[in-house]
Amino acid sequence: MKIAVCIKRAADMETRFKIAADGRSIDEAGVKFDIADFDGFAVEAALQLKEKDGTGEVTVISLGKDAVQETLRKALSMGADKAVHLKTDAVPADALAIARVLAAELEGGGYDLMLFGRMAIDAANQSVGPMAAELLGVPCVSAASQLGVAGGRGTARRELEGAAEVLEFPLPAVVTIDEGIARPRLPSLKGIMAAKKKPLEVKPVQVGESRVTVIKMELPPERTGGRIIGEGPDAVPELVRLLQTEAKVL
Amino acid sequence: MANTFAFVESRSGELRRVGLEAVTAARRLADATGGGEVHALVMGAPGISAKAEMIGAYGADVVEVVEHAGLALYSPEVVAATAAARIGDGSYRAAFFSASAQGKDLAPRVAAKLGVSLGADVTAFETSGDAIVVRHPVNTGKVIATLSITGTPVLLSLRPGSVTAERAPRTPRVATIAPAIDPAAARVVPRELLAGNTAKLDLGEAPVIVSGGRGLRAPENFKLVEDLAAAFGNAAVGATRAVTDDGWRPHTDQIGQTGRLVSPDLYIACGISGAIQHLAGMRTSKTIVAINKDREAPIFKIADYGVVGDVLEILPVLTEAVRKAKQSH
Repeated sequence: MKIAVCIKRAADMETRFKIAADGRSIDEAGVKFDIADFDGFAVEAALQLKEKDGTGEVTVISLGKDAVQETLRKALSMGADKAVHLKTDAVPADALAIARVLAAELEGGGYDLMLFGRMAIDAANQSVGPMAAELLGVPCVSAASQLGVAGGRGTARRELEGAAEVLEFPLPAVVTIDEGIARPRLPSLKGIMAAKKKPLEVKPVQVGESRVTVIKMELPPERTGGRIIGEGPDAVPELVRLLQTEAKVL
Repeated sequence: MANTFAFVESRSGELRRVGLEAVTAARRLADATGGGEVHALVMGAPGISAKAEMIGAYGADVVEVVEHAGLALYSPEVVAATAAARIGDGSYRAAFFSASAQGKDLAPRVAAKLGVSLGADVTAFETSGDAIVVRHPVNTGKVIATLSITGTPVLLSLRPGSVTAERAPRTPRVATIAPAIDPAAARVVPRELLAGNTAKLDLGEAPVIVSGGRGLRAPENFKLVEDLAAAFGNAAVGATRAVTDDGWRPHTDQIGQTGRLVSPDLYIACGISGAIQHLAGMRTSKTIVAINKDREAPIFKIADYGVVGDVLEILPVLTEAVRKAKQSH
Protein backbone atom coordinates (compact mmCIF):
# COMPACT_ATOMS: atom_id res chain seq x y z
CA MET A 1 0.00 0.00 0.00
CA LYS A 2 1.28 3.41 -0.98
CA ILE A 3 0.55 6.04 1.63
CA ALA A 4 1.22 9.80 1.69
CA VAL A 5 1.10 11.78 4.92
CA CYS A 6 0.96 15.58 4.83
CA ILE A 7 2.58 17.01 7.94
CA LYS A 8 3.16 20.47 9.35
CA ARG A 9 5.92 21.93 11.47
CA ALA A 10 4.26 23.66 14.39
CA ALA A 11 5.30 25.37 17.60
CA ASP A 12 5.30 23.39 20.82
CA MET A 13 1.96 24.29 22.40
CA GLU A 14 3.51 24.41 25.88
CA THR A 15 5.18 27.65 24.72
CA ARG A 16 4.39 30.91 26.47
CA PHE A 17 3.61 32.70 23.20
CA LYS A 18 4.65 36.26 22.44
CA ILE A 19 3.36 38.35 19.58
CA ALA A 20 6.03 39.50 17.10
CA ALA A 21 6.75 43.19 16.51
CA ASP A 22 4.59 43.22 13.37
CA GLY A 23 1.52 42.45 15.53
CA ARG A 24 0.44 39.81 13.02
CA SER A 25 2.56 36.78 13.85
CA ILE A 26 4.12 34.79 16.67
CA ASP A 27 7.60 35.73 17.88
CA GLU A 28 9.52 32.53 17.05
CA ALA A 29 12.61 33.37 19.12
CA GLY A 30 13.34 30.52 21.50
CA VAL A 31 10.24 28.57 20.44
CA LYS A 32 10.61 24.81 19.94
CA PHE A 33 9.03 23.28 16.85
CA ASP A 34 7.99 19.72 16.09
CA ILE A 35 5.54 17.70 14.01
CA ALA A 36 2.10 19.17 14.75
CA ASP A 37 0.26 16.93 17.25
CA PHE A 38 -2.37 15.31 15.02
CA ASP A 39 0.10 14.98 12.14
CA GLY A 40 2.23 12.76 14.38
CA PHE A 41 -0.80 10.51 14.85
CA ALA A 42 -1.26 10.41 11.08
CA VAL A 43 2.38 9.32 10.56
CA GLU A 44 1.92 6.59 13.18
CA ALA A 45 -1.33 5.42 11.56
CA ALA A 46 0.43 5.21 8.19
CA LEU A 47 3.35 3.22 9.62
CA GLN A 48 1.00 0.76 11.33
CA LEU A 49 -1.02 0.24 8.14
CA LYS A 50 2.18 -0.43 6.21
CA GLU A 51 3.45 -2.84 8.87
CA LYS A 52 0.14 -4.68 8.94
CA ASP A 53 0.11 -4.87 5.15
CA GLY A 54 3.68 -6.19 5.17
CA THR A 55 4.55 -4.14 2.13
CA GLY A 56 4.23 -0.58 0.91
CA GLU A 57 5.76 2.82 1.13
CA VAL A 58 5.10 5.86 3.32
CA THR A 59 5.90 9.29 1.87
CA VAL A 60 5.78 12.36 4.10
CA ILE A 61 5.13 15.77 2.55
CA SER A 62 5.48 19.19 4.13
CA LEU A 63 4.99 22.75 2.86
CA GLY A 64 7.12 25.60 4.17
CA LYS A 65 10.55 27.07 4.60
CA ASP A 66 13.77 25.06 4.92
CA ALA A 67 13.13 24.36 8.61
CA VAL A 68 10.38 21.88 7.69
CA GLN A 69 13.13 19.49 6.56
CA GLU A 70 13.87 18.87 10.23
CA THR A 71 10.21 17.87 10.71
CA LEU A 72 10.37 15.58 7.66
CA ARG A 73 13.57 13.95 9.01
CA LYS A 74 11.77 13.26 12.28
CA ALA A 75 9.00 11.43 10.36
CA LEU A 76 11.66 9.52 8.41
CA SER A 77 13.32 8.53 11.69
CA MET A 78 9.95 7.20 12.92
CA GLY A 79 9.94 4.92 9.85
CA ALA A 80 8.60 6.80 6.84
CA ASP A 81 10.41 5.86 3.63
CA LYS A 82 10.83 9.14 1.81
CA ALA A 83 10.05 12.81 2.09
CA VAL A 84 9.06 15.72 -0.12
CA HIS A 85 9.69 19.33 0.90
CA LEU A 86 7.41 21.74 -0.94
CA LYS A 87 9.56 24.79 -0.53
CA THR A 88 8.14 28.27 -0.02
CA ASP A 89 9.00 31.05 2.38
CA ALA A 90 5.39 32.15 2.75
CA VAL A 91 2.72 29.71 3.88
CA PRO A 92 -0.61 31.53 3.51
CA ALA A 93 -3.39 31.76 6.11
CA ASP A 94 -5.85 30.52 3.48
CA ALA A 95 -6.49 26.77 3.87
CA LEU A 96 -7.74 26.55 0.29
CA ALA A 97 -4.48 27.97 -1.09
CA ILE A 98 -2.53 25.38 0.98
CA ALA A 99 -4.84 22.56 -0.13
CA ARG A 100 -4.25 23.51 -3.79
CA VAL A 101 -0.46 23.14 -3.43
CA LEU A 102 -0.73 19.82 -1.57
CA ALA A 103 -3.35 18.43 -3.97
CA ALA A 104 -1.08 19.27 -6.91
CA GLU A 105 1.72 17.24 -5.28
CA LEU A 106 -0.59 14.31 -4.37
CA GLU A 107 -2.19 14.24 -7.82
CA GLY A 108 -0.76 11.45 -9.92
CA GLY A 109 1.33 10.12 -7.03
CA GLY A 110 -0.52 6.80 -7.16
CA TYR A 111 -1.28 6.85 -3.44
CA ASP A 112 -3.88 4.46 -2.02
CA LEU A 113 -4.27 6.58 1.08
CA MET A 114 -3.52 10.25 1.66
CA LEU A 115 -3.46 11.04 5.36
CA PHE A 116 -3.49 14.36 7.20
CA GLY A 117 -3.75 15.24 10.87
CA ARG A 118 -7.31 16.20 11.84
CA MET A 119 -6.10 19.78 12.10
CA ALA A 120 -2.90 21.74 12.39
CA ILE A 121 -2.57 22.35 16.10
CA ASP A 122 -1.46 25.97 15.52
CA ALA A 123 -3.79 27.28 12.78
CA ALA A 124 -6.70 25.12 14.01
CA ASN A 125 -8.75 25.30 10.81
CA GLN A 126 -9.38 21.58 10.28
CA SER A 127 -9.90 22.34 6.60
CA VAL A 128 -6.91 21.42 4.43
CA GLY A 129 -7.53 17.64 4.27
CA PRO A 130 -11.17 17.69 3.14
CA MET A 131 -10.39 20.57 0.76
CA ALA A 132 -7.52 18.61 -0.84
CA ALA A 133 -9.84 15.60 -1.21
CA GLU A 134 -12.43 17.71 -3.04
CA LEU A 135 -9.77 19.17 -5.33
CA LEU A 136 -8.50 15.65 -6.09
CA GLY A 137 -12.04 14.30 -6.49
CA VAL A 138 -11.40 11.39 -4.11
CA PRO A 139 -13.50 10.13 -1.16
CA CYS A 140 -12.70 11.62 2.23
CA VAL A 141 -13.39 10.85 5.87
CA SER A 142 -12.25 13.53 8.29
CA ALA A 143 -11.26 13.23 11.95
CA ALA A 144 -11.09 9.43 12.00
CA SER A 145 -10.45 8.01 15.47
CA GLN A 146 -10.27 4.45 14.07
CA LEU A 147 -9.25 3.35 10.61
CA GLY A 148 -9.21 -0.08 8.98
CA VAL A 149 -8.29 -0.95 5.40
CA ALA A 150 -8.95 -4.25 3.61
CA GLY A 151 -9.58 -5.27 0.01
CA GLY A 152 -9.35 -1.77 -1.43
CA ARG A 153 -11.90 -0.36 1.00
CA GLY A 154 -11.63 1.56 4.24
CA THR A 155 -13.76 1.78 7.35
CA ALA A 156 -13.42 4.72 9.71
CA ARG A 157 -15.01 5.87 12.93
CA ARG A 158 -15.53 9.56 13.73
CA GLU A 159 -16.29 10.97 17.16
CA LEU A 160 -19.27 13.34 17.31
CA GLU A 161 -20.69 15.35 20.16
CA GLY A 162 -22.07 12.62 22.45
CA ALA A 163 -22.02 9.98 19.69
CA ALA A 164 -19.85 8.43 16.98
CA GLU A 165 -20.39 7.37 13.39
CA VAL A 166 -18.91 4.68 11.19
CA LEU A 167 -18.34 5.24 7.47
CA GLU A 168 -17.09 3.06 4.62
CA PHE A 169 -15.31 4.23 1.50
CA PRO A 170 -13.30 2.94 -1.47
CA LEU A 171 -9.60 3.67 -1.95
CA PRO A 172 -7.85 5.81 -3.03
CA ALA A 173 -9.06 8.23 -0.38
CA VAL A 174 -8.10 11.08 1.92
CA VAL A 175 -8.46 10.39 5.65
CA THR A 176 -7.67 12.92 8.37
CA ILE A 177 -6.58 11.44 11.66
CA ASP A 178 -7.85 12.25 15.15
CA GLU A 179 -6.17 11.46 18.41
CA GLY A 180 -6.94 8.01 19.78
CA ILE A 181 -5.74 6.01 16.74
CA ALA A 182 -2.31 5.23 18.08
CA ARG A 183 0.29 7.11 20.06
CA PRO A 184 3.17 8.23 17.82
CA ARG A 185 6.30 6.14 18.39
CA LEU A 186 9.54 7.76 19.43
CA PRO A 187 12.31 7.51 16.85
CA SER A 188 14.89 4.85 17.77
CA LEU A 189 18.61 5.56 17.46
CA LYS A 190 18.68 3.16 14.53
CA GLY A 191 15.76 5.03 12.98
CA ILE A 192 17.53 8.36 13.41
CA MET A 193 20.67 7.00 11.72
CA ALA A 194 18.65 5.42 8.89
CA ALA A 195 16.69 8.66 8.32
CA LYS A 196 19.87 10.49 7.32
CA LYS A 197 20.20 8.28 4.23
CA LYS A 198 16.53 8.30 3.20
CA PRO A 199 15.56 10.43 0.18
CA LEU A 200 14.31 13.95 0.84
CA GLU A 201 13.31 15.72 -2.34
CA VAL A 202 13.07 19.52 -2.39
CA LYS A 203 10.55 21.05 -4.80
CA PRO A 204 10.15 24.83 -4.96
CA VAL A 205 6.43 25.70 -5.24
CA GLN A 206 4.38 28.77 -6.06
CA VAL A 207 1.51 29.30 -3.65
CA GLY A 208 -1.51 30.87 -5.34
CA GLU A 209 -3.70 33.73 -4.23
CA SER A 210 -4.64 33.83 -0.54
CA ARG A 211 -7.99 35.41 0.25
CA VAL A 212 -7.40 35.16 3.98
CA THR A 213 -5.16 37.83 5.53
CA VAL A 214 -3.99 37.99 9.12
CA ILE A 215 -4.77 41.49 10.37
CA LYS A 216 -3.77 40.99 13.97
CA MET A 217 -2.62 38.41 16.50
CA GLU A 218 -3.08 39.02 20.20
CA LEU A 219 -2.94 37.20 23.48
CA PRO A 220 -6.30 36.63 25.15
CA PRO A 221 -6.94 38.76 28.23
CA GLU A 222 -5.33 37.23 31.31
CA ARG A 223 -7.77 35.66 33.72
CA THR A 224 -7.89 37.60 36.93
CA GLY A 225 -8.54 34.58 39.11
CA GLY A 226 -6.31 33.36 41.84
CA ARG A 227 -8.77 33.75 44.68
CA ILE A 228 -8.78 31.02 47.30
CA ILE A 229 -11.97 31.30 49.33
CA GLY A 230 -11.35 28.67 51.99
CA GLU A 231 -10.26 25.20 52.99
CA GLY A 232 -12.02 21.86 53.20
CA PRO A 233 -15.74 21.12 53.39
CA ASP A 234 -16.22 24.20 55.63
CA ALA A 235 -15.67 26.41 52.57
CA VAL A 236 -18.66 24.95 50.72
CA PRO A 237 -21.36 27.34 52.06
CA GLU A 238 -19.25 30.36 51.04
CA LEU A 239 -18.61 28.80 47.61
CA VAL A 240 -22.32 28.21 47.05
CA ARG A 241 -23.13 31.77 48.18
CA LEU A 242 -20.59 33.22 45.70
CA LEU A 243 -21.87 31.02 42.87
CA GLN A 244 -25.40 32.26 43.58
CA THR A 245 -24.88 35.94 44.30
CA GLU A 246 -21.64 36.93 42.56
CA ALA A 247 -21.18 34.59 39.59
CA LYS A 248 -24.95 34.00 39.31
CA VAL A 249 -24.46 30.52 37.91
CA LEU A 250 -26.41 28.55 40.51
CA MET B 1 -28.57 44.20 -0.10
CA ALA B 2 -27.15 40.73 -0.23
CA ASN B 3 -28.76 37.63 1.19
CA THR B 4 -27.08 35.31 3.69
CA PHE B 5 -27.09 31.53 3.78
CA ALA B 6 -27.24 29.23 6.81
CA PHE B 7 -26.79 25.47 6.87
CA VAL B 8 -28.91 24.08 9.71
CA GLU B 9 -27.32 21.01 11.26
CA SER B 10 -29.54 18.16 12.40
CA ARG B 11 -29.03 14.68 13.77
CA SER B 12 -31.56 11.83 13.90
CA GLY B 13 -34.38 14.12 12.78
CA GLU B 14 -33.75 16.82 15.39
CA LEU B 15 -32.24 20.25 14.82
CA ARG B 16 -29.05 20.79 16.76
CA ARG B 17 -28.60 23.93 18.82
CA VAL B 18 -25.55 24.85 16.72
CA GLY B 19 -27.80 24.78 13.65
CA LEU B 20 -30.04 27.47 15.12
CA GLU B 21 -26.94 29.44 16.14
CA ALA B 22 -25.97 29.50 12.44
CA VAL B 23 -29.43 30.90 11.58
CA THR B 24 -29.08 33.61 14.24
CA ALA B 25 -25.59 34.49 12.95
CA ALA B 26 -26.90 34.74 9.38
CA ARG B 27 -29.81 36.91 10.56
CA ARG B 28 -27.40 39.28 12.33
CA LEU B 29 -25.12 39.60 9.31
CA ALA B 30 -28.08 40.17 6.98
CA ASP B 31 -29.55 42.83 9.30
CA ALA B 32 -26.16 44.52 9.68
CA THR B 33 -25.76 44.80 5.92
CA GLY B 34 -29.08 46.36 5.02
CA GLY B 35 -31.60 43.67 5.79
CA GLY B 36 -31.24 41.03 3.09
CA GLU B 37 -32.90 37.66 3.41
CA VAL B 38 -31.68 34.62 5.29
CA HIS B 39 -31.91 31.40 3.29
CA ALA B 40 -31.58 28.21 5.30
CA LEU B 41 -30.98 24.64 4.17
CA VAL B 42 -31.86 21.61 6.26
CA MET B 43 -31.39 17.99 5.17
CA GLY B 44 -32.53 14.72 6.66
CA ALA B 45 -34.77 11.69 6.46
CA PRO B 46 -38.49 12.21 5.65
CA GLY B 47 -40.04 14.22 8.48
CA ILE B 48 -37.30 16.85 8.68
CA SER B 49 -39.60 19.31 6.84
CA ALA B 50 -41.57 19.61 10.08
CA LYS B 51 -38.61 21.63 11.41
CA ALA B 52 -38.93 24.40 8.80
CA GLU B 53 -41.27 26.40 11.03
CA MET B 54 -38.76 26.45 13.88
CA ILE B 55 -35.97 27.57 11.53
CA GLY B 56 -38.26 30.43 10.50
CA ALA B 57 -38.82 31.28 14.15
CA TYR B 58 -35.08 31.93 14.45
CA GLY B 59 -35.04 34.31 11.51
CA ALA B 60 -34.93 32.43 8.19
CA ASP B 61 -36.98 34.00 5.36
CA VAL B 62 -36.58 30.95 3.15
CA VAL B 63 -36.16 27.35 4.29
CA GLU B 64 -35.12 24.80 1.72
CA VAL B 65 -35.67 21.23 2.78
CA VAL B 66 -34.08 18.08 1.40
CA GLU B 67 -35.87 14.95 2.56
CA HIS B 68 -34.54 11.58 1.54
CA ALA B 69 -34.58 8.14 3.13
CA GLY B 70 -30.85 7.96 2.34
CA LEU B 71 -30.17 10.90 4.64
CA ALA B 72 -31.12 9.33 7.98
CA LEU B 73 -27.39 9.51 8.71
CA TYR B 74 -25.09 12.40 7.71
CA SER B 75 -23.90 11.54 4.21
CA PRO B 76 -20.94 13.88 3.64
CA GLU B 77 -20.80 13.79 -0.16
CA VAL B 78 -24.56 14.29 -0.63
CA VAL B 79 -24.81 17.12 1.89
CA ALA B 80 -21.69 18.88 0.57
CA ALA B 81 -22.82 18.64 -3.07
CA THR B 82 -26.29 19.93 -2.22
CA ALA B 83 -25.06 22.80 -0.04
CA ALA B 84 -22.52 23.80 -2.69
CA ALA B 85 -25.17 23.75 -5.42
CA ARG B 86 -27.51 25.89 -3.33
CA ILE B 87 -24.86 28.40 -2.27
CA GLY B 88 -23.52 28.57 -5.82
CA ASP B 89 -26.99 29.44 -7.16
CA GLY B 90 -27.53 32.44 -4.90
CA SER B 91 -25.29 35.48 -4.76
CA TYR B 92 -24.70 35.31 -1.05
CA ARG B 93 -22.43 37.61 0.88
CA ALA B 94 -21.73 34.88 3.42
CA ALA B 95 -22.70 31.30 4.21
CA PHE B 96 -22.74 30.07 7.79
CA PHE B 97 -21.97 26.56 8.99
CA SER B 98 -21.33 25.21 12.48
CA ALA B 99 -17.82 24.39 13.68
CA SER B 100 -19.20 21.14 15.11
CA ALA B 101 -17.92 17.64 14.29
CA GLN B 102 -20.26 17.57 11.30
CA GLY B 103 -19.76 21.19 10.24
CA LYS B 104 -15.97 20.94 10.38
CA ASP B 105 -16.26 18.07 7.90
CA LEU B 106 -18.83 19.79 5.70
CA ALA B 107 -17.72 23.43 5.39
CA PRO B 108 -14.25 22.80 3.88
CA ARG B 109 -15.72 20.39 1.32
CA VAL B 110 -18.24 23.04 0.24
CA ALA B 111 -15.57 25.77 0.15
CA ALA B 112 -13.33 23.67 -2.12
CA LYS B 113 -16.24 22.77 -4.43
CA LEU B 114 -17.06 26.46 -4.81
CA GLY B 115 -13.43 27.59 -4.91
CA VAL B 116 -14.02 30.10 -2.12
CA SER B 117 -12.27 30.63 1.19
CA LEU B 118 -13.44 29.55 4.61
CA GLY B 119 -13.16 31.26 7.95
CA ALA B 120 -13.09 28.21 10.23
CA ASP B 121 -14.10 28.04 13.88
CA VAL B 122 -14.83 31.75 14.22
CA THR B 123 -15.94 33.29 17.50
CA ALA B 124 -16.93 36.72 16.10
CA PHE B 125 -17.54 38.25 12.67
CA GLU B 126 -18.34 41.59 11.05
CA THR B 127 -18.34 43.04 7.58
CA SER B 128 -15.61 45.50 6.64
CA GLY B 129 -15.93 46.89 3.13
CA ASP B 130 -15.73 43.96 0.74
CA ALA B 131 -14.24 41.69 3.37
CA ILE B 132 -15.56 39.83 6.37
CA VAL B 133 -13.38 40.17 9.43
CA VAL B 134 -13.42 37.29 11.92
CA ARG B 135 -11.85 36.28 15.21
CA HIS B 136 -10.40 32.78 15.36
CA PRO B 137 -8.53 31.25 18.33
CA VAL B 138 -5.23 29.68 17.25
CA ASN B 139 -2.43 27.87 19.10
CA THR B 140 -4.94 26.07 21.36
CA GLY B 141 -6.62 29.33 22.33
CA LYS B 142 -3.41 30.92 23.62
CA VAL B 143 -3.47 33.40 20.73
CA ILE B 144 -6.44 35.06 19.05
CA ALA B 145 -6.13 35.83 15.34
CA THR B 146 -8.14 38.51 13.56
CA LEU B 147 -8.50 37.55 9.91
CA SER B 148 -9.85 39.37 6.89
CA ILE B 149 -11.51 37.11 4.31
CA THR B 150 -12.60 38.12 0.82
CA GLY B 151 -14.63 36.30 -1.80
CA THR B 152 -18.23 35.81 -2.88
CA PRO B 153 -19.45 34.29 -0.79
CA VAL B 154 -17.23 33.96 2.26
CA LEU B 155 -17.90 30.70 4.10
CA LEU B 156 -17.79 30.79 7.89
CA SER B 157 -18.02 28.01 10.45
CA LEU B 158 -19.12 29.27 13.82
CA ARG B 159 -17.66 27.94 17.07
CA PRO B 160 -20.50 26.39 19.11
CA GLY B 161 -21.79 28.76 21.76
CA SER B 162 -20.14 31.89 20.34
CA VAL B 163 -23.55 33.15 19.22
CA THR B 164 -26.67 32.53 21.30
CA ALA B 165 -29.58 31.31 19.17
CA GLU B 166 -32.33 33.96 19.37
CA ARG B 167 -35.86 33.95 18.13
CA ALA B 168 -36.59 36.45 15.32
CA PRO B 169 -39.91 35.04 14.16
CA ARG B 170 -41.15 35.14 10.61
CA THR B 171 -43.20 32.80 8.49
CA PRO B 172 -40.69 31.32 6.08
CA ARG B 173 -41.25 30.40 2.48
CA VAL B 174 -40.59 26.65 2.49
CA ALA B 175 -39.42 24.74 -0.58
CA THR B 176 -38.65 21.07 -0.88
CA ILE B 177 -35.71 20.37 -3.16
CA ALA B 178 -33.92 17.23 -4.33
CA PRO B 179 -30.42 16.27 -3.18
CA ALA B 180 -27.74 17.27 -5.71
CA ILE B 181 -26.57 13.67 -5.95
CA ASP B 182 -28.42 10.45 -5.24
CA PRO B 183 -27.45 9.18 -1.76
CA ALA B 184 -27.18 5.69 -3.27
CA ALA B 185 -24.37 7.00 -5.51
CA ALA B 186 -22.24 8.37 -2.67
CA ARG B 187 -18.78 6.78 -2.38
CA VAL B 188 -18.44 7.54 1.33
CA VAL B 189 -21.27 5.60 2.93
CA PRO B 190 -22.41 6.21 6.52
CA ARG B 191 -23.04 2.80 8.10
CA GLU B 192 -24.13 3.55 11.63
CA LEU B 193 -24.55 6.17 14.29
CA LEU B 194 -23.29 4.90 17.63
CA ALA B 195 -25.25 6.80 20.21
CA GLY B 196 -23.41 7.80 23.34
CA ASN B 197 -25.36 8.03 26.55
CA THR B 198 -28.15 10.25 25.26
CA ALA B 199 -29.13 11.23 28.80
CA LYS B 200 -25.69 12.77 29.12
CA LEU B 201 -25.17 16.34 27.99
CA ASP B 202 -22.38 16.90 25.53
CA LEU B 203 -19.33 18.83 26.74
CA GLY B 204 -19.72 21.36 23.93
CA GLU B 205 -23.32 22.16 24.82
CA ALA B 206 -23.53 21.89 28.60
CA PRO B 207 -23.71 25.19 30.51
CA VAL B 208 -21.92 23.53 33.45
CA ILE B 209 -18.96 21.14 33.30
CA VAL B 210 -17.69 19.17 36.28
CA SER B 211 -14.28 17.76 35.49
CA GLY B 212 -12.00 15.35 37.29
CA GLY B 213 -8.28 14.61 37.36
CA ARG B 214 -5.73 12.43 39.10
CA GLY B 215 -6.61 14.00 42.45
CA LEU B 216 -9.64 11.69 42.52
CA ARG B 217 -7.10 8.91 43.10
CA ALA B 218 -9.15 6.03 41.62
CA PRO B 219 -11.56 5.63 38.69
CA GLU B 220 -14.47 4.66 40.95
CA ASN B 221 -14.25 8.05 42.66
CA PHE B 222 -15.51 9.67 39.43
CA LYS B 223 -18.91 8.75 40.88
CA LEU B 224 -18.51 11.85 43.09
CA VAL B 225 -17.98 14.01 39.98
CA GLU B 226 -21.01 12.45 38.30
CA ASP B 227 -23.10 13.05 41.43
CA LEU B 228 -22.21 16.75 41.44
CA ALA B 229 -23.05 16.99 37.72
CA ALA B 230 -26.37 15.29 38.39
CA ALA B 231 -27.13 17.76 41.20
CA PHE B 232 -26.74 20.64 38.74
CA GLY B 233 -29.00 18.85 36.26
CA ASN B 234 -27.50 20.75 33.31
CA ALA B 235 -23.90 19.57 33.64
CA ALA B 236 -21.58 17.35 31.63
CA VAL B 237 -18.61 15.40 33.00
CA GLY B 238 -15.10 16.02 31.66
CA ALA B 239 -11.66 14.71 32.48
CA THR B 240 -7.97 15.48 32.13
CA ARG B 241 -5.67 13.78 29.67
CA ALA B 242 -3.90 11.99 32.52
CA VAL B 243 -7.03 10.08 33.48
CA THR B 244 -8.26 9.41 29.94
CA ASP B 245 -4.80 8.06 29.07
CA ASP B 246 -5.08 5.76 32.08
CA GLY B 247 -8.45 4.54 30.88
CA TRP B 248 -10.43 5.91 33.83
CA ARG B 249 -12.63 7.79 31.38
CA PRO B 250 -13.18 7.57 27.60
CA HIS B 251 -10.93 9.68 25.35
CA THR B 252 -13.99 11.62 24.19
CA ASP B 253 -14.29 13.12 27.71
CA GLN B 254 -10.84 14.69 27.56
CA ILE B 255 -10.72 18.46 27.91
CA GLY B 256 -7.49 20.09 26.81
CA GLN B 257 -5.21 21.10 24.02
CA THR B 258 -5.63 17.83 22.13
CA GLY B 259 -9.14 17.10 23.38
CA ARG B 260 -12.27 19.20 23.60
CA LEU B 261 -12.04 22.98 23.88
CA VAL B 262 -14.89 24.12 26.10
CA SER B 263 -16.17 27.41 27.48
CA PRO B 264 -19.16 26.73 29.73
CA ASP B 265 -20.74 29.25 32.10
CA LEU B 266 -19.33 27.27 35.03
CA TYR B 267 -16.35 24.91 35.09
CA ILE B 268 -15.62 22.96 38.27
CA ALA B 269 -12.13 21.39 38.30
CA CYS B 270 -11.96 18.56 40.83
CA GLY B 271 -8.54 17.21 41.75
CA ILE B 272 -6.99 18.87 38.70
CA SER B 273 -3.60 20.51 39.13
CA GLY B 274 -3.89 22.61 35.98
CA ALA B 275 -1.31 21.40 33.45
CA ILE B 276 -0.94 23.82 30.54
CA GLN B 277 -2.38 21.14 28.27
CA HIS B 278 -5.60 21.09 30.34
CA LEU B 279 -5.86 24.86 30.85
CA ALA B 280 -5.73 25.29 27.05
CA GLY B 281 -9.05 23.47 26.83
CA MET B 282 -11.02 25.30 29.53
CA ARG B 283 -9.46 28.68 30.29
CA THR B 284 -12.18 30.54 28.38
CA SER B 285 -14.88 29.23 30.76
CA LYS B 286 -16.86 32.12 32.22
CA THR B 287 -16.54 31.08 35.87
CA ILE B 288 -13.96 28.59 37.12
CA VAL B 289 -14.04 26.77 40.45
CA ALA B 290 -11.04 24.68 41.55
CA ILE B 291 -10.89 22.11 44.33
CA ASN B 292 -7.41 20.76 44.99
CA LYS B 293 -5.35 19.73 47.98
CA ASP B 294 -2.21 21.52 46.76
CA ARG B 295 -2.46 25.26 47.44
CA GLU B 296 0.36 25.87 44.93
CA ALA B 297 -1.41 24.06 42.05
CA PRO B 298 -1.49 26.21 38.85
CA ILE B 299 -5.26 25.73 38.55
CA PHE B 300 -5.72 28.18 41.48
CA LYS B 301 -4.02 30.95 39.46
CA ILE B 302 -6.90 31.01 36.98
CA ALA B 303 -9.77 29.93 39.23
CA ASP B 304 -12.34 32.53 40.26
CA TYR B 305 -13.06 30.51 43.38
CA GLY B 306 -10.54 28.10 44.84
CA VAL B 307 -11.10 25.65 47.68
CA VAL B 308 -8.03 23.95 49.16
CA GLY B 309 -8.64 20.47 50.46
CA ASP B 310 -9.36 16.83 49.76
CA VAL B 311 -11.71 16.59 46.81
CA LEU B 312 -13.11 13.30 48.15
CA GLU B 313 -14.27 15.07 51.33
CA ILE B 314 -15.46 18.27 49.69
CA LEU B 315 -17.45 16.90 46.74
CA PRO B 316 -20.21 15.13 48.72
CA VAL B 317 -20.81 18.27 50.77
CA LEU B 318 -20.85 20.48 47.68
CA THR B 319 -23.20 18.07 45.88
CA GLU B 320 -25.66 18.21 48.77
CA ALA B 321 -25.47 22.02 48.92
CA VAL B 322 -26.05 22.35 45.17
CA ARG B 323 -28.99 19.94 45.36
CA LYS B 324 -30.57 22.06 48.10
CA ALA B 325 -29.92 25.30 46.20
CA LYS B 326 -31.52 23.85 43.06
CA GLN B 327 -34.57 22.67 45.02
CA SER B 328 -35.14 26.09 46.56
CA HIS B 329 -35.80 27.81 43.23
